[in-house]
Amino acid sequence: MTAISHIRNFSIIAHIDHGKSTLSDRLIQLCGNVSNREMKEQILDSMDIERERGITIKAQTVRLDYRAKNGELYQLNLMDTPGHVDFAYEVSRSLAACEGAILVVDASQGVEAQTLANVYQALDNNLEILPVLNKIDLPAADEDRVKQQIEDVIGIDASGAIGVSAKSGLNVEAVLEAVVERLPPPKGDPKKPLKAMLIDSWYDAYLGVIVLARVIDGTLKKGQRVKLMATDGSYQVERVGIFRPKQEMLEQLGPGEVGFFTAAIKEVADTRVGDTITDEKNPTAEALPGFKPAQPVVFCGLFPVDAADFEDLREAMGRLRLNDASFSFETESSAALGFGFRCGFLGLLHLEIITERLEREFNLDLITTAPSVIYHLHMNDGSIIEMHNPADMPEISKIDHIEEPWIEATILVPDDYLGAVLKLCQDRRGRQKQLTYAGSRAMVVYELPLNEVVFDFYDRLKSVSRGYASFDYHIKNYEEGDLVKLSILVNSEPVDALSIIVHRARAESRGRSMCEKLKELIPPHLFQIPIQAAIGAKVIARETIKALRKDVLAKCYGGDISRKRKLLDKQKAGKKKMREFGKVEIPQEAFINALKMDDN
Amino acid sequence: MTDVDQTFGVYVHWPFCAQKCPYCDFNSHVRFGGWDEARFLAAYKREIDWVAERIGPRTVTSIFFGGGTPSLMQAHTVASIIEHIAKRWGVAPDAEITLEANPGSVEAGRFRGFREAGVNRVSIGVQSLRDQELRKLGRIHSVAEAKAALEIARGTFERFSFDLIYARPGQTAEAWRAELAEALDLAGDHLSLYQLTIEPDTPYAALHAAGKLIIPDDHDASALYEITEEMTGERGLAAYEVSNYARPGSESRHNLLYWRYGEYAGVGPGAHGRILIGNTRTATVAERNPEAWAARVEEAGHGFTEMTTLAREEQADEMLLMGLRLSEGIDLGRLAVLGGARPSRPVITELEDLGLLQSAVDRAPDTSGKSGNSGNWRRNELDEIVACAGPGLRPETGAPGPDRIRVTPQGRLVLNAVVAKLSKSFQSPERVDNLRSAG
Repeated sequence: MTAISHIRNFSIIAHIDHGKSTLSDRLIQLCGNVSNREMKEQILDSMDIERERGITIKAQTVRLDYRAKNGELYQLNLMDTPGHVDFAYEVSRSLAACEGAILVVDASQGVEAQTLANVYQALDNNLEILPVLNKIDLPAADEDRVKQQIEDVIGIDASGAIGVSAKSGLNVEAVLEAVVERLPPPKGDPKKPLKAMLIDSWYDAYLGVIVLARVIDGTLKKGQRVKLMATDGSYQVERVGIFRPKQEMLEQLGPGEVGFFTAAIKEVADTRVGDTITDEKNPTAEALPGFKPAQPVVFCGLFPVDAADFEDLREAMGRLRLNDASFSFETESSAALGFGFRCGFLGLLHLEIITERLEREFNLDLITTAPSVIYHLHMNDGSIIEMHNPADMPEISKIDHIEEPWIEATILVPDDYLGAVLKLCQDRRGRQKQLTYAGSRAMVVYELPLNEVVFDFYDRLKSVSRGYASFDYHIKNYEEGDLVKLSILVNSEPVDALSIIVHRARAESRGRSMCEKLKELIPPHLFQIPIQAAIGAKVIARETIKALRKDVLAKCYGGDISRKRKLLDKQKAGKKKMREFGKVEIPQEAFINALKMDDN
Repeated sequence: MTDVDQTFGVYVHWPFCAQKCPYCDFNSHVRFGGWDEARFLAAYKREIDWVAERIGPRTVTSIFFGGGTPSLMQAHTVASIIEHIAKRWGVAPDAEITLEANPGSVEAGRFRGFREAGVNRVSIGVQSLRDQELRKLGRIHSVAEAKAALEIARGTFERFSFDLIYARPGQTAEAWRAELAEALDLAGDHLSLYQLTIEPDTPYAALHAAGKLIIPDDHDASALYEITEEMTGERGLAAYEVSNYARPGSESRHNLLYWRYGEYAGVGPGAHGRILIGNTRTATVAERNPEAWAARVEEAGHGFTEMTTLAREEQADEMLLMGLRLSEGIDLGRLAVLGGARPSRPVITELEDLGLLQSAVDRAPDTSGKSGNSGNWRRNELDEIVACAGPGLRPETGAPGPDRIRVTPQGRLVLNAVVAKLSKSFQSPERVDNLRSAG
C-alpha cells in the first residue's frame, strides 16, 4: 500500500472540446499504463455516445504510478467526471472524492460557462486548482489573455498556469510534476472504522454492479461485510480492485485510495451516488455530507413508432436503467400514440442520451413527446399535486394556483451576440440578474422558468450565438405562474401528445407557431384538415391543411406495372412511419418538431 | 370479348428514335449509324417463340407496337412480326393492331405499308399543335407535318388516335382551351392527353431541379385537367382512363388489357410483360439496351433479365393501381380471387364520403367497349347491397362490401393517394369471413 503522503487524487475540469480526454490520454501514456497499440482514442470515454459527443456520462478512474523527478513513486488517481450540467450532482460527488483539480482551458477560446460551474463546485469542495492552458501551439492561442480571464472570471491565481499541447504531448510531463508538487495528499485514518464515498456505479454483465469508491478512513477489504448507509443495504465484498485502466484485483483499499468493489449487488438502483459505505459491524458514526437522491426534473413520453415494439421498448428501458438509476419510467397510454412510457430524466442532455441509446443500441424507432417539468398544482382543497404530464391536468376550476420551477442560468457569450442572447432570454420570460464583462465576453445571469428552457432553449442559444455562447443552470425554486394547458386539435380532435403547459402570455404565440409547424409537418390528405390551438374551449390559433389537389397523372409506359407498384410500395412504407390519429396520419417527427420555436 | 381473362395481348417494343425528347424516360435509343433491322426481326421472332413455348396456346386479341418510334420500322418487318405472332398463337379476326407513329416519319406510302402489314390502328405522337411548343418539347416535327400525318392516318386506317402533352411550362387555361379545341376538331374517336410529368433522369428533371423549368402547380394543373374532361366530354369523348378519352367503343383495347390486368407478353428491348405460366402470373422485364437484348436473344432464346413470380399481394396491388385508372373501376370479386385481398369497408366508405370513390352492386361490366360506365353506381349503399344480394351472388353470410369500386373524376386527380389508402386497407377475404362468422 502506498503511503498516504504519496497519493494524489485529482480530476480534470474542462469545457467540451477543450481537450480533457486528450490530456487524460497523454497522462496515462506518460505513466506507461497503456501501450500505443492499445491506445484507443480517448480511453476513458468508453461508450459510443460518450466518444461521439465528447462528453462523459459515467465517472471513471484510472490509477497511475508516476516516478517523479524527486525520485519518489506516487500513486495518482485520475478521476474522469461527467461533464454536463445535467449531471451536476454526479460531478460534485466526483469532485468531493478529490483533493485537487486540473482546470483545462483552451488557450484561444478561454473560459466557458460550463467550466465555470464545475470550477465553482471544485472550489466549494476545497479543491486545489491547477490551471492548464491547452492548445498553446495553435496560432490563435493567447496565453496571457486567457490567464487574465481566468483570474478575472474565476478569481484564482493563474500565474502558475502550465501551457501544454495535449495533442502533441508538448509539456505534458510538467502537469504530472505539478500534480505531485502542488496538489495536497489526502488525509485519512486507517485505524478508524471504514468510511468510503460511493462515486458512481454501473452494471457489468459478469460481475454485477461495480461500485467506484473513495476510501476516507479505515480499509475496504475482500470478504468484508459492508453497509450502504442511505439505502441501508448490507453486502459482502467479493472483489476489490483498481483500474489501470484495465481491472486489477487487490486485497484492499486504504485511506485516500480510489478503486472499485463488487458485492453481489443486483441493481444500480441499490447504489446511490454520494452514499457512504461503512463496515456493517463497526460502522462510522456519521455519514458523509452532501448526499442527495437523484431526482428527475424533465419528463417526456416515449412511444414506439411500431406499436408491436412496446415490449421491446420496456425491456430496453429496463436494461438501461440497470446502469442508470436516475432515469425513471412508467407505462403511459395516449389516445394519439397508444402505449408507451412516461420517462423522467436529470435534464435535457440526459433525455437525449437515453433516447439515442434506445434507438441506437436497441434498434428502436421512437416518438418523443414534448418535454415537461414538474408543476406543483395547489388545489382548492389545500392539497398539492405534482404534475409532469399535461394530459393529467385536472379540471381548471379545482386548481387554486400553479407553481413552476425556475432556474438560475449563467451564460457566457462574446459581445457580438449579447443582444441576441438577451432577447432570447427576455422572450423566454427571463429576469436578468447580472451582466458583467470579462474582456470582450459578457457573463449574464438570468432567472428563467425551466419550462421555457426544457425544449429548445439550448439549441436556440447556440443558433443565435453561432455556437459561441455557453450555458449552465441550476434549479432555484418554485414560483407561482399564470399557466394554462394549450391543446392542439387536429381535424377537430385534441391530440393529447401535443398538449403543453405554457404561460398565458406566451400561449397565443406558442399556439400559432405549433399550428404553423404542424401545417408544414403533416402532408396534405384527401380532405382538408383544420389545425387549432385552444385553451379550454377557446380556440386561439388556427391553420388549415388544404386537401390534396392532385398527384401524378403520369403516362404508363408500355405495361410497366412493376414501376408503378414500386412507387406504391414506397408510398405505403412512408405511411408506416406515420401515426394514425382518427383519419389523419401524423408523421412521427411532427410530435417533437411541432414544438420548435423560431423566436422571431 | 367479354372477359379480360379471355384476352391476350402482345406488346412489341421498338427501341429506336431519330432523336431523344428531353422529357421522355421511355426506353429509347438513337443510332446515327442505323441498325441491323434483319437481326432485330430475327430476335423478335425468337423471343416470341420462346414465350409461346412457355405459356402455350393463346388467341391474340391485340398487338401493340410501341417505342421508341415504331414508325421507323420497315413495313415488311412489321408484317413479319405480325405473321409470326399469328403463326405461333393465332390472331383473333377482330384483333386490334396498333402502331405508334411520329408525325415526322410519316409518309402516305409507309402508312399504306403498315396497313397492308395488318396494322389497323395508329397512335400519333403529335404532342402539341403549337410550333413553338413543339420546339420546346424537343420535337423534330412541325404542326403542319402533324396535321398532314393525321390526314393520312384518317384515310388509311379504320382507327387512329393521337397524343398531346399539356400542363406545359407557362401554359394558361385559355391557351389550352384553344389548343384542345383545335385538337378535338382534328380528332377521330380517341385521344390521349397527358400532363407533362417530370421523370427522373431526364434532361427535364435536371432543368426542373435547377429551377429553369417551371410546370403548373397542382392547383393549376388540376384546373387544366378539369377543362380537359369538360371539353372532351362535350364532344362525346369520355375519359375512360386517367389520360385517355374515347367515344364509347373506341377505347384502346390493348391498353384496356393492361388496365384490366389481363395477360400480355412483352417482347423487344426493355419490354415488360405479365404472362401466365400455368396459373402463375409472372412479370417479365427485358434487357433495355437494344444490341445487348438482341445478343441475349441470340444466345438464350430470350432477352429477359427478370422473370418474377408475382405474389398474391403484389397482384392485388397491381390490379388495383391499374384498374382504378379506368372509369369502369375494378371488380372486387376478381380482386379477391386474384389477389386474395379486399379493401376494408370503412376505408371505402370514407373515400365515398369524400366524393373520391363510388361503389356499386354490379355484375361484371360490359366490356364490349361501351365505355364500361353502365354499372349501377350508387353511394353509401353498402347495407342495401347486403340486403338485396341474391344467394347465388355471394355467400350466405353476405359479401363484405360492394362488387365494384371506381374513382370519381375528382378522385382520379389524387389516384395515387386513393390507391395507397385502399391498398393499405387490404384484408384477406378469408379473414373477413372469419370475422363475420365470429361475430
